[in-house]
Amino acid sequence: MQVSLTVNGREVTIDAPPHTLLVQAIREHLRLTGTHVGCDTAQCGACTVHLNGRAIKSCNVLLAQVAGGNVTTIEGIAQADGTLHPMQAAFKECHGLQCGFCTPGMVMSAIDLCTHHPKSGEQEIRALLDGNLCRCTGYQNIVKAVQQGGEAMASQAASA
Amino acid sequence: MGASDFAKLPHIGEAVRRKEDVRFLTGAGNYTDDVLLPNQAHAVFLRSPHAHAAIKSIDTAAAAAMPGVVGILTGADIDGKMGGLPCGWLINNPDGTPMKEPPHPILAIGKVRYVGDHVAMVVAETAEQAKNAAEAIVVDYEVLPALVSVADAAKKSSGVTIHDAAPDNQCYRWTLGDKAAVDAAFAGAAHVTKLDLVNNRLIPNAIEPRVAVAGYNRAGDEYTLYVANQNPHVERLLMTAFVLGLPEHKVRVIAPDVGGGFGSKIYLYAEDVALTWASKQFNRNIKWTAERSESFLSDAHGRDHVSHAEMAMDKDGKFLALRVHTDANLGAYLSTFATAVPTILYATLLAGQYTTPQIYVEVDAWFTNTAPVDAYRGAGRPEATYLLERLVSRCGWEMGLGQDEIRRRNFVREWPYQTPVALQYDVGDYQACMDKAQALADVAGFDARRAESEKQGRLRGIGYSSYIEACGLAPSNIAGALGARAGLFEAGEVRVHPTGSVTVFTGSHSHGQGHETTFAQVVAARLGIPVENVDIVHGDTGRIPFGMGTYGSRSISVGGAAIMRALDKIEAKAKKIAAHLMEASDADIEFAGGEFTVKGTDKKIPFGQVALTAYVPHNYPLDKLEPGLNETAFYDPTNFTYPAGTYICEVEIDKATGEVKIDRFTAVDDFGTIINPMIVEGQVHGGIVQGIGQALMENCVYDRETGQLLTGSFMDYAMPRAEDFPVFKLDTVCTPCTHNPLGTKGCGEAGAIGSPPAVINAVLDALHPLGVKDFDMPASPARVWEAMRKAQAAA
Repeated sequence: MQVSLTVNGREVTIDAPPHTLLVQAIREHLRLTGTHVGCDTAQCGACTVHLNGRAIKSCNVLLAQVAGGNVTTIEGIAQADGTLHPMQAAFKECHGLQCGFCTPGMVMSAIDLCTHHPKSGEQEIRALLDGNLCRCTGYQNIVKAVQQGGEAMASQAASA
Repeated sequence: MGASDFAKLPHIGEAVRRKEDVRFLTGAGNYTDDVLLPNQAHAVFLRSPHAHAAIKSIDTAAAAAMPGVVGILTGADIDGKMGGLPCGWLINNPDGTPMKEPPHPILAIGKVRYVGDHVAMVVAETAEQAKNAAEAIVVDYEVLPALVSVADAAKKSSGVTIHDAAPDNQCYRWTLGDKAAVDAAFAGAAHVTKLDLVNNRLIPNAIEPRVAVAGYNRAGDEYTLYVANQNPHVERLLMTAFVLGLPEHKVRVIAPDVGGGFGSKIYLYAEDVALTWASKQFNRNIKWTAERSESFLSDAHGRDHVSHAEMAMDKDGKFLALRVHTDANLGAYLSTFATAVPTILYATLLAGQYTTPQIYVEVDAWFTNTAPVDAYRGAGRPEATYLLERLVSRCGWEMGLGQDEIRRRNFVREWPYQTPVALQYDVGDYQACMDKAQALADVAGFDARRAESEKQGRLRGIGYSSYIEACGLAPSNIAGALGARAGLFEAGEVRVHPTGSVTVFTGSHSHGQGHETTFAQVVAARLGIPVENVDIVHGDTGRIPFGMGTYGSRSISVGGAAIMRALDKIEAKAKKIAAHLMEASDADIEFAGGEFTVKGTDKKIPFGQVALTAYVPHNYPLDKLEPGLNETAFYDPTNFTYPAGTYICEVEIDKATGEVKIDRFTAVDDFGTIINPMIVEGQVHGGIVQGIGQALMENCVYDRETGQLLTGSFMDYAMPRAEDFPVFKLDTVCTPCTHNPLGTKGCGEAGAIGSPPAVINAVLDALHPLGVKDFDMPASPARVWEAMRKAQAAA
């Protein structure tokens, strides 16, 4: 089965069996290994990517379902010159990551969160991060990073 | 350089942002599952669906004929060709006889002993083909009765024998302390407080599942194993020397970026061995990645103790003696360090922060038909702290003393302090931690907050925990005397490059701890160079001299100390080069801020010039000194380090639902010298959340009859999420460690050790008015609600 879609701004056509999951296509066919698999029940959120501007768990979607879609992974959010996305920068600044395994999914969720629920307070952010597990950080610095990253995204959007 | 001079250097105590973050934030990390070797095949393990069964036959013929299958291995294929998994710590019974050490085969031979036990390995071109073929293997099992809970094992009435070598399923009995002296103290006590406790079983759940990729190169007769592991040299040592009988130099173990460990990736697992061996048999590179459900079944679990504790006191609440009996569940087989956890790492900590003069501990360790149990964040020390700190709060309540007062009356105040359970604490200030924690937690305002909660129909309680841990494992000679079958030093190599930048090769392994930054700060501070000019290499037996790895909060205090020793050698040699260049005597050279100076003159040269001279030795004392600036050191500590602190938790309980909300959590820790406070705080946050996770939600449950794992997914095993926590309040006290060159004590496990009893003491404090006197973790809504209802019914 051939499926064409856009990944990180590039049009790709993937030849894969019909039951291929989006995360398998991303990791194994496109070798974009920043998107991780941490569970088999769509609970942990390590595989979170954006599909047409919304965060989804790519372990829970078939490649076939995203034909023609626009997918962004963690590899696609920094600028070409290496300048980090404001959310990536905030995670670094706030020490919002330790082992880094949940981080790509966490950052992709955080960007979605701040795009669709701007100006969320600490409690809302905690509630909205429900779909992403982190075993290292205790979440405190992740929440701080999302607040700071969200503010940076808002001011970037305002000045754009 | 001494610890007090070290603490004053630039970059020490600075919240340097992490050097490793950019790769993790951009998806450029290199975790083991990201490794793709040429011609790579995939392995799947067929696991036992039964907790206890005899294997009557295995038929792999149909499976072997399935598409893409490269090969299949069962116990019969490996029997006699390799050893079983070794246990790294020998524990002796009181009569001097050794513990029972039944074989731990790489693939089950004749019998399976827990749900998830390895029955066969299938290797195929794709993981999917391997999985399909595994389903076609026909295993004829004769299901046997299972022994699941440690309480049932201790009754010795199950009639089940898991290993022939241990007919009553007991691995060992172990005791520590002077029983007669304890009995005498109890006889003269004004009051005795008694407590029964269960330390609930946990599943580590690092977000990266276990994974390995093994390859074999015929040209050099060499193996390479990529594995998500916390101590690649130990993995190699155990696998080559004890299981496969291979020479170590023919096996390279690489633990690249590792997505969290928490203990569960210390051990040599059967999958790692099977893959390595099969890579030669099948002449293929082979990858295996655990699915989360396999992680639940087969990663080494944590905790699982059932204990009875008694404290004897005088009329003023002064502790006279402590008596403890613990039944510990070791699971079906002995994992790498399983036997040390409920003994050496547990009973020796039962003095806590107190001057209890006599302590006697008995530990019975049992085999059960459950996954192997081993060290999980804290390893023995959380079990000791939970028992002691629950007991101490209860002592306070029974004596009519506050939770703070009972602790203050018994704190150790003089150093060094020799406990009655083998350890000697070098330094601390427990009063200061308590004072600071109480101020930060606004304990003075608690009564008003409790009244406000009551008005709103909620119960409020406050809980204390004053923990101590023994970190920086360990003086090798002491560990050896206690049964360790390995040394516990650390190695570090400092390679100064010709232009003055530095690469450090450390035997410590970072899987979230930020060593690439913290260790770089140490080197930058010592050499007076920018942190950016220092790179840290870890996790590769092919590049690093040796290593004992990362666990037990040992990395900075042992691994960092090894780097400090190597830096001492670098500095000594560089001074000689500088002396030659400035035509001065070696003894007159001083080094500070990256510059060598001649005492009493204005002569100086920068570190970079000395580095260049070492590699371009045109003007160089070649008759006295080798060129180059590259030094290795091995550091073996002289004592454990003793981080300690006081944690205060405040909970609110919804009377209608039993839901426990952590309203405030305050942690004051003494980690000695802190190199990067940002990273240290992050470690404490993570530890606290794992500790609160144990106290409120996490619980590994096996069906007591069948041994089926009932909490085998993230939908059944409650993992802590962001919404479950308030913002923690942290502070520190600093009494530098007296016996390592950094003054550090380690911070990786404190949060997980200190927090569970603080939470449960708070829950009990809240529930006391209803008549609830005791409560076992986890304090999930259903369990709290039931406890409230039972107490009300009894009232």
